[in-house]
Amino acid sequence: MSGFQTLLYKELLRFWKVGFQTVAAPVMSALLYLLIFSHVLDSSTQVNGVRYAAFLIPGLVMMSVLQNAFANSSSSLIQAKVTGSVVFVLLPPISYVEFFLAYVVAAMLRGLMVGLGVLVVTCLFAPLQFVAPLWIIAFAVLGGGIMGSLGMIAGIWADKFDQLAGFQNFLIMPLTMLSGVFYSIHSLPPFWQQVSHFNPVFYIIDGFRFGFFGVSDVNPVVTLGVVTASFCVVALATLALLRSGYKLRY
Amino acid sequence: MGVAVSIKTLYKNFGSLRALDGVSLDIAEGEFFGLLGPNGAGKTTLISALAGLVRPDQGSLHVMGFDVRADYREARRRLGVVPQELVFDPFFSVRETLRIQSGYFGIRNNDDWIDEILENLDLTGKADVNMRRLSGGMKRRVLVAQALVHKPPVIVLDEPTAGVDVELRQGLWQFVQRLNCEGHTVILTTHYLEEAEALCGRIAMLKRGRVVALDTTQNLLARISGHTLKLRLGNEANLPLSLRERATQSEGGWVFRLAGFEEAEPLLAEVRQAGCTLDDMQLTQPDLEDVFLSVMLEEANASEGQS
Repeated sequence: MSGFQTLLYKELLRFWKVGFQTVAAPVMSALLYLLIFSHVLDSSTQVNGVRYAAFLIPGLVMMSVLQNAFANSSSSLIQAKVTGSVVFVLLPPISYVEFFLAYVVAAMLRGLMVGLGVLVVTCLFAPLQFVAPLWIIAFAVLGGGIMGSLGMIAGIWADKFDQLAGFQNFLIMPLTMLSGVFYSIHSLPPFWQQVSHFNPVFYIIDGFRFGFFGVSDVNPVVTLGVVTASFCVVALATLALLRSGYKLRY
Repeated sequence: MGVAVSIKTLYKNFGSLRALDGVSLDIAEGEFFGLLGPNGAGKTTLISALAGLVRPDQGSLHVMGFDVRADYREARRRLGVVPQELVFDPFFSVRETLRIQSGYFGIRNNDDWIDEILENLDLTGKADVNMRRLSGGMKRRVLVAQALVHKPPVIVLDEPTAGVDVELRQGLWQFVQRLNCEGHTVILTTHYLEEAEALCGRIAMLKRGRVVALDTTQNLLARISGHTLKLRLGNEANLPLSLRERATQSEGGWVFRLAGFEEAEPLLAEVRQAGCTLDDMQLTQPDLEDVFLSVMLEEANASEGQS
């Protein structure tokens, strides 16, 4: 095995060993969201011609992908930094590109695993369509990649768990919660519709949902462009950070 | 014998703190080399720079001929570092930890060598125990094992015996000495000067980021000439002024510096003639601690003179 393969394997093993907390728990949370919101809103509400419970499911799946991808790389890095065990991955002949890929792919896979779990559990509650499966996969992978990279940035930047929690609760959570997981932005006042267009997570959710129902708030080609560009920006920023050795190699 | 580690005019500042101030060192293949100095002298910074954990502001570092920055893959493959801090990854067992560490170096199916290391470090019984459940001494052994999974020709041990019991210390040194005999270059930093004296063929002393002494252990010991004779006397009021002037008083005794054994007998004769009786007597050879203290003192005086 190469250094990259081992680091990837280690990162997967790390969350898999505590799978109850890292995979089962977020699936459970998403299921609770679905039960509560669909109970309250399903009978009375349709969004873009789709029953509310069905509309909500892709949003919950993507939210799980995003939050877990972020959690994986950020918590792994900050734990390694705080405990000092990060030296074990800094001493071997592993390049910064391999380092980046291992953490991001592991984060992506954890996100996809949780997302799939949420999909399997929730699809029993509402009839789902899969109009464009490739779009579903593309947005899930890109969304996981963006959040995996952001998680790396947060994990490298934060010196304490407190700072990481701040990053997560005051940046990642608002961006995901206010991205249209629970609603179509057409239901928002015009000003907030405009604001939502500056949230990259909105595009991730909108494009992902398009893959299921074939309807979206924004033209899906534009959405794919925005999401791909976002991934490139975040990935390049992460690579630049790793290359500089910021807070890892002094 | 080639050069295992080459360090040339290395500078490193952390903000306004100058951690390394133009360090140059060559360590030959197969040496057992000691790096000594007070806390904050730059030992760990120097080792970290060698390992690529710290990026120097100026200067170059080579491990077995490979630049640690430009040829970092080759350099790191040849270097095994036992870090000073007792760090571990709490998710894995000892064997998993060692397999993963092997994988980082691109080595698969390393179990034969892993078993041998475990055996030598007396860890075989703990192979499948989670890292969290190990005692401090056991964790320290695993750190040593992790540094050796890729059979590095150069092994760096940063304070490996801090807080480690005597038994492990002995076992560890036997193992490291064996590796040294098999041709591995060993670089050691330690606070236990008697360890350095017993193990290291050559020693560099660092202070404030500079090398203030670099020589074979024998030559360093020879710098402090002679022996010290400590006498505890009855009737010490009788001790003549000529003898008092040659001695320093410490802990109720008189300490005389002698150039060699041959000076001891005449001194004792003088003491007897003066009418003093001998209550206790200690003759000590100089050790590395004396050398260390005298080098550090010289250095302090020299830097005072400069400023």
